[in-house]
Amino acid sequence: MAWQWFHQWGSPRWFYQRSGVWLPWLGGAAGLLLAIGLVWGLALAPADFKQGNSYRIIYLHVPASFLALAGYYLMAIAGAIGLVWKIKLAYTAMKCAATIGAALTFVALFTGAVWGKPTWGTYWVWDARITSMLVLLFLYFGVIALYQAFDRVDVANKAAALLALVGTVNVPIIYKSVDWWYTLHQPASLKLTGESTLHASMLQPLLVMVVGFYLFYAAALLLSMRAEVIARESGGGWVKALAAGQGGGQQL
Amino acid sequence: MNSALTRSLRRELLLAARRRGELANPLLFFVMVAALVPLGISPQASVLAELAPGMIWVMALLATLLSLEPLFAEDYRDGTLDQLLLAPAGMVFVILGKMLAHWLVTGLPLTLIAPLLAVLLALPAAGWLPLLLGLLVGTLALSMIGAMGAALTVSLQRSGVLLTLIVMPLYVPVIIFGSAVVQRAIEGFSWLAPLALLGSISLLALALCPLVVVGALRLTASD
Amino acid sequence: MHPLAAHSFPPLDSALLAFDAVSCERGGRSIFSLLSFELFGAAALQVQGDNGAGKTSLLRIAAGLLAPSGGRVLSRGEPVDSDRYRFGSELLYLGHHAAIKANLTAVENLQYTIDGRHRFELAAIFAALAAVGLAGYEDLPCRTFSAGQRRRVALALLLLSDARLWLLDEPFTAIDRGGVAMIEQLMAGHLGRGGAIVLTSHQPVSLAGLRTLNLTSGADDE
Repeated sequence: MAWQWFHQWGSPRWFYQRSGVWLPWLGGAAGLLLAIGLVWGLALAPADFKQGNSYRIIYLHVPASFLALAGYYLMAIAGAIGLVWKIKLAYTAMKCAATIGAALTFVALFTGAVWGKPTWGTYWVWDARITSMLVLLFLYFGVIALYQAFDRVDVANKAAALLALVGTVNVPIIYKSVDWWYTLHQPASLKLTGESTLHASMLQPLLVMVVGFYLFYAAALLLSMRAEVIARESGGGWVKALAAGQGGGQQL
Repeated sequence: MNSALTRSLRRELLLAARRRGELANPLLFFVMVAALVPLGISPQASVLAELAPGMIWVMALLATLLSLEPLFAEDYRDGTLDQLLLAPAGMVFVILGKMLAHWLVTGLPLTLIAPLLAVLLALPAAGWLPLLLGLLVGTLALSMIGAMGAALTVSLQRSGVLLTLIVMPLYVPVIIFGSAVVQRAIEGFSWLAPLALLGSISLLALALCPLVVVGALRLTASD
Repeated sequence: MHPLAAHSFPPLDSALLAFDAVSCERGGRSIFSLLSFELFGAAALQVQGDNGAGKTSLLRIAAGLLAPSGGRVLSRGEPVDSDRYRFGSELLYLGHHAAIKANLTAVENLQYTIDGRHRFELAAIFAALAAVGLAGYEDLPCRTFSAGQRRRVALALLLLSDARLWLLDEPFTAIDRGGVAMIEQLMAGHLGRGGAIVLTSHQPVSLAGLRTLNLTSGADDE
């Protein structure tokens, strides 16, 4: 049973067909949640009594930061699966997760800077969380640069996976050390446990946005993986059949 | 196993002794950059003293990075790495020997020459001993972590900048705790905590990095 | 004088090296596919083929340095990566590059071999260097040697090592005519003791019982 499951995930064709089925649902749900979250958060939720309307950037900043970090671990786990079980699709996931993760990290940094201007009067503060995010962006860049340096895809896959795994050991150490280094920022305002300092009317749209971002991430990952699979398998028979309009077409 | 380590160390140190001229290069870099700091910022002792702890650490980091590229690349080019990968047992100890030799010929000399930089950059006397101890412990981590980057990029032409890119973020904790040791000492606080943290990072790197390096060399050697 | 002249390998009950439908792919291009052969003791195989036919890849796969894209490489009935210690201790691989450090002397190169597997007596090293025609060059740094002389330092390992399986990638490169005869003599001696050899070479090799494997035709024409 488990073996068959692995076998299926090892087949690019199977993945392409299944993901074609999931994608519209994922994309639709992500779009819906993001639309609800944005209208609710940006228009309906009350303004903060201290920060006014500028706090509303958290509806982008917080979910992007969450995913930037989670995406790094997803990338590393995909790489580990590739190294251990030699599944090519896992490497594809790793490669796509690296690009999307780097983009989300950049979004988190950018929105953080935009938020910083009205809040602290400057675009850039060397505060613990922003600095960690910057180092995370560098880690992503390292993985992407290493991947692109190799001519042979199989070596590139393994080398990037190894670097991503090394990064997972380092990320907590980096976060802790940066935390230790300097804590000037307000304490983390959203905690999974314990009392939130955000009012419930502000928190609810944020949670909608977080879930929406996760779904959006999944959809974006699937979409770029599909593009990658098609490009890589372009010599294969099933892709040619697909291009000719037979097979697979009805699933799309 | 142990003998694989000592034999590897002896071989690497012998090789290092044969190219003494190259060994001085990271040290010269270390000193020359230190000479540029007052020229670029200010010769005022008070300004320099404030910058010194972080500056010396950043420069030690850069000097280490510069020395990393040939660590495995030379062996890769002349076929030695193939022989190393075919070694029946204890490859990780041979690799550890190479990495320790790298520390002995770069990290340790950088530590020993650091007092000169402390003088040049007007580091307050309270920071001297912490600087030396911190560098002694921390440069070991720099060598170990850097070796992972060197191993991952061993098969690439012109790997220098890429190596720097992938290693630098991993150096963040080392530089934070390293300069914190000196800063806290200058400010009159206890500096044992950051030193202990630096030491644990070095120990962790000493235990884990050789394993990663072996894995990285195995996969890149087939390139 | 051969340091191990008296030594003879015990008889084998299964192939020292066996390729079982091995395929090799590089950069998505198939180099060779479904290659099978078995090599017992006292046998030598010369791999032939044009540039890029995969001769070096074949040797690297045999040594376990390169993973085949399909098939299995066996030694004594077991996959070579199942017991790397045993396989490694039976193997002598001399690659395209001689693995000779220019900054070490000829003796030091053999004294401090990288893998820590070989540990040779100084007297044996001197004898081996004399046998490969480097008498008087023992204590000179290899940087001052010609390409052929560096190669000879590496070839001295053939005399020193007790490995049973030799994998030699272009052993005659940069070697003069006298050297070629010497290497052929060494190989004949190794076969006589029950050893096995796989080598690649562009030039004809005169060795009794030598089989050839032609990679361009893709078939084992023994």
